[in-house]
Parts: sequence; C-alpha cells; structure tokens
Amino acid sequence: MNHLIIAPIVLPAMLAPFIIMVIRHHLDLQRIFSVAATLILLGIAFALMGQSLGGEIQTYELGDWPAPFGIVLVLDRLSALMVLLTSVLALPIVLYAIGSGWDKRGRHFHALFHFQIMGVIGAFLTGDAFNLFVFFEVLLIASYGLMTHAGGTRRLRAGVQYVVYNLLGSTLFLFALGTLYAVTGTLNMADLAARVAEMPPEDTALLRVGAVLLLLVFAVKAALLPLHFWLPLSYANAPLPVAALFAIMTKVGAYSILRMYTLVFGPEVAATQGLVEDWLLPAAMLTMAAGAIGILGAREIGRLVAFAAIASMGTLLIAVGLFTQAGTTAAIYYMVHSTFATALMFLVADMVMERRGPDITPHSPMPQSGLIASLFFVGAIALAGMPPLSGFIGKLLVLQASWPAPERVAIWAVVLIGSFVTIVGLARAGSLIFWKSHAVDPQTDPDTDEPTEIDTAPEPYPGLTFTAAFALLAGLIALTIFAGPASEFASATADQLFNPDRYIEAVLKGAEK
Amino acid sequence: MELLLATAVGVLTASGIYLIMRKRTFPVILGLSQLTYAVNVFLFATGRLALHQPPILNKYAEVTYADPLPQALVLTAIVISFGMTAVIVMLALSAYLSSRDDRIDLTEEPGDDA
Repeated sequence: MNHLIIAPIVLPAMLAPFIIMVIRHHLDLQRIFSVAATLILLGIAFALMGQSLGGEIQTYELGDWPAPFGIVLVLDRLSALMVLLTSVLALPIVLYAIGSGWDKRGRHFHALFHFQIMGVIGAFLTGDAFNLFVFFEVLLIASYGLMTHAGGTRRLRAGVQYVVYNLLGSTLFLFALGTLYAVTGTLNMADLAARVAEMPPEDTALLRVGAVLLLLVFAVKAALLPLHFWLPLSYANAPLPVAALFAIMTKVGAYSILRMYTLVFGPEVAATQGLVEDWLLPAAMLTMAAGAIGILGAREIGRLVAFAAIASMGTLLIAVGLFTQAGTTAAIYYMVHSTFATALMFLVADMVMERRGPDITPHSPMPQSGLIASLFFVGAIALAGMPPLSGFIGKLLVLQASWPAPERVAIWAVVLIGSFVTIVGLARAGSLIFWKSHAVDPQTDPDTDEPTEIDTAPEPYPGLTFTAAFALLAGLIALTIFAGPASEFASATADQLFNPDRYIEAVLKGAEK
Repeated sequence: MELLLATAVGVLTASGIYLIMRKRTFPVILGLSQLTYAVNVFLFATGRLALHQPPILNKYAEVTYADPLPQALVLTAIVISFGMTAVIVMLALSAYLSSRDDRIDLTEEPGDDA
C-alpha cells in the first residue's frame, strides 16, 4: 500500500492539534509551522499528481480492511487534481492571512485553517459515502470557526445563519445516506456502483429518492439555485481571505456531484436515467443568470465577488450537467480556473475593504490604488471569461462541449449574456471604486469617518499580501499558457470518470480474494 | 413497531421543519435538534428493524442478528450533531449578546450594523 495517499490528510490532522495545544500563545511559531506544513502539503500533492498522471487508480485501505467492509481512500486523476488544487490555493491564502494580519485578529486561525484543509482533502480522496459525510463535517466545523473569525456583530449573526443552513444540509445528507444504505446495503462508492447497476429497474423508487436527496445536499454545497442563498451573505460577511479559501468549498460540492453521478448513478444506469440530467442543467443556467444579475446589483464589494462566485459555479455546473465526456473535460478545466479567479478576487476585495470600506461608491483615493486596481482589472477579466486569460478558454470549452446538446441555444444564450452582464457589473464596480474615486476631493468626502467595523490599521507585511495575490494570478496565467496540456489532462480525467469499471475494479479487488 | 417508528420519524421531522422556519434562534435550534433525532431514528431503521438481537455473527449456530453498521453510523451522527448543537448554541448566544437581538435574519435597520 502506498502510504503517501493518506499523508495529505494526516499532516494537517496532526499539525492543527499541535498548534492548538503546544504553540497557541506563539503567533510567530504558528505562522512558521503553518507555512511550512502548507509547503510540505504542496510537495505531497505534486508527488501524488505525478503518480496518478499515468492513469493508475490507487487505493489505500484504512486498517488494511478489504474494500467494501473497511473505508478506502482512492487516488485517481480527479482526486489528485483536486488535492493539488487545494494545496496550491492554500499557500497564497495562508501567506495573505499572515501578511494582512487577519490571523491575529482572532484566535486559532492557523489551527482551523489546517482542519479545513484536512476536511477538504479528505472529501476529495475518500471512496466511501459515509466517510464523505464525515469529511464534510470536518470541513464545515472548521469553516464555522473561520467564518466567525475575529467576531463582530454582523459576522456572528451571518455565522448563525450559515451554521443553521449547513446543519440542515448535514441532516439531509444523513437522510440520503440512510436511504441509500437501506436499498443497497453498502456505502462504499464502488460497491454502491456495482449494486446499483445490477438492480432491476422496477424496484428502484427508494434508490431514486436517495439519489435526488444526495443531489440536493451537493447542490447546497455547490450553491446551485435555488439553494444558493446562503452564499452571498456568508461569504460577504466572512473574513475575505477565508472566503477565498471557501472558493474550494463550493468546488467540493461540484466534485461530489461529478464523482457520484458518474460513478454510482452514471448516465447509463437505467434506475436513475434522466433524473439528474433533467434538473441539473436548467438549475445551473438559472444559477449563472442569478449570479450575473447579483453582480449588477451588488452594493458592497464582498457581495459583488460572492455573486461572481455564484455565476462561475453556474458555468461550472452547466458543464457538469451535460454529463458528457467533453462537458466534464470543460468542467474540470473551468473548475481549476474558477477556484483561482474567485480566490484572487476575494483577496483583491479584502485589500479594497481594508483601505476604504466595503461600499461600491466613490471615496477619496486609497493607498496603493494603482496596483490594486490592476489586480482587480486582471481578476475581473479572468472571472468574466474575457480573453486572454484562462476564463475565456474555459468558457470556450464549455460552449464547445454544449454544442451537441439539444439545449444548446439556451446554454449559449445564458453563458454569453451572463458573461456580458458580468463584465458590465464588474466594470461598473471597478470604475466606481478606482476611477471615480480620483474625482472625489478628500476634504469634502462625506464618508471619510464612516463607521466600519474594519480595523483600518496598515497591514503588517503589505509585500506578502501582494505576493499572495500575484501568486494566484500566476496560477491563472500558467493555466492559460499551458492550456493545451491542462485540457489534455482534463480530457484524460474525464475519460477515467466515464469508465467507472476501472475504479470499481481497483477498489473491490480485495473482496474477490 | 414499524408504524411506531415511522410515526416517530415523521412527527419529529415535521415539527423540526416547522420550527426551523421560525424567526428567532431558539426555536430554530430546537427544530435542528428534533431533525437530528429524526435522522438518528431513521438511520437505525435502515438496517431493518430487529428486536432483542445481538449485532454480532455467531459461527456456531444459525441465529439472526441486527445489522451493526447503522448502529455505528448513528453513533457517529449523534456525536457530530451533539457537538454541532453546542456550537450553534454558543454562536447564537454570542450573536444575541452582541446585538441584543435573536432574530435569525439580518435586518438592515440603522444602528443594527456596526
């Protein structure tokens, strides 16, 4: 067995308690350990990626229990990619949190951060549906702490809503898992897939109920309309570097949809045929439309980016909802892009908020306005999907993949008009914040002493915050330059997803011995 | 037995859903705990109802046994929901203490913010 597979879960799981129990009073030590662990994690993720490039599916049996009886971790191309994406995202965010001083505004930032990383990576690696629930809980519990980090009335109240909504989601998840277990008698994903495929279509009513319940749970996570309304409020009120980390959390929902509805309830499974496809695609289109309209109407920069995140989830889920190999290829490419772009925009939004408050209105100019404006400009280009950055390539792949689908007119209209509205919304916000501000005389600015709960003390290490933002930007540029290899890899990943037999074989090999 | 269990799950879920739609945090938290009770009972039922039977196999005799897996799942679910109820109570309490208002929605009244 390859013990490297469990390393990205064990490392944060050991580090976070260490931070809490041993070095909780030493912020400098916490920072050093946190960054070092993130770097090691990145190394492990690259190694895992290298191992899965060839297309081999590796499993890790916890406690050496053979597959359907014990819990397995499975490393295939998609899992490796998602683990790598999480680690690559974690490094700039932890640097940004240190650079902007966010990590000392409340306690236990670094410990919670690593628990969150552990939950996200665990969810990507696990091959067991109940274990997926447990890792969802790990990442949610950590996110409750991060969401209310640094406190403040408004943040706490938004936090209550966020927790209530996610507890409901967890309850629903348990109902779904219970239903699936009652029908199939297993919760191992590969075993589920094997049993669902053999099930006679006439007594699958409960199975379909379970499949739809599960889709609802993942839709809550992925902020799919009409279950998206927790997102703008939570993300806009969370500390924005944390919101940048949460960019990967919505992707956990998208990943789970991709995994469960290609492996277990795949397009060729008779029992659930037409069940998910018919709902996911229209809902995804509505999500994109709602996100674009929200961008246009947002009056605070946090909400602006939160709605942009919803719009990009809409695009992503349109690609997922096609349930074709080309669609999934586009989805995987766009998922990487959207994670970086959303995180970058949240970091830029935080820079703006730290210097001049959340409102999208003309104020007197802020320090380092030019640099932030250029980051906002590039980030907006990426997020809206304009050339030359990877968002354009991603959207092009989505459009291309949707060409054979019967709904192509609707999809093209939604994606193109949605992108246009996004551009307008972001341009409006950008010009109000960065251009019109120069027309405001600082002496007559009515809002200079506006009461915000933001600590406007200068950042301790401004160099580090810009390094973090530019690192994310570099990720986007790399994704653009290496779009060829990246989309080839995405295509190979989609190929692996649409041939679930190999996955099932790799996981259940122990059972036949 | 089946009827009793199904009624219990149904009533708990219904009252839970009613309560989580209330405006103040206290009933919402009560509703959440009722929902978790409902799902715990429901999880027990997923291994089929079996009374007075041990959850272990006997290799010397053909005896019926209760499915042990749902029991393990329920245990995990209870631990998680118990911890989460504590978290939400603390969070709701601190939100109430700092804003002097236990409404669950965020109102945009002047003075409510900051």
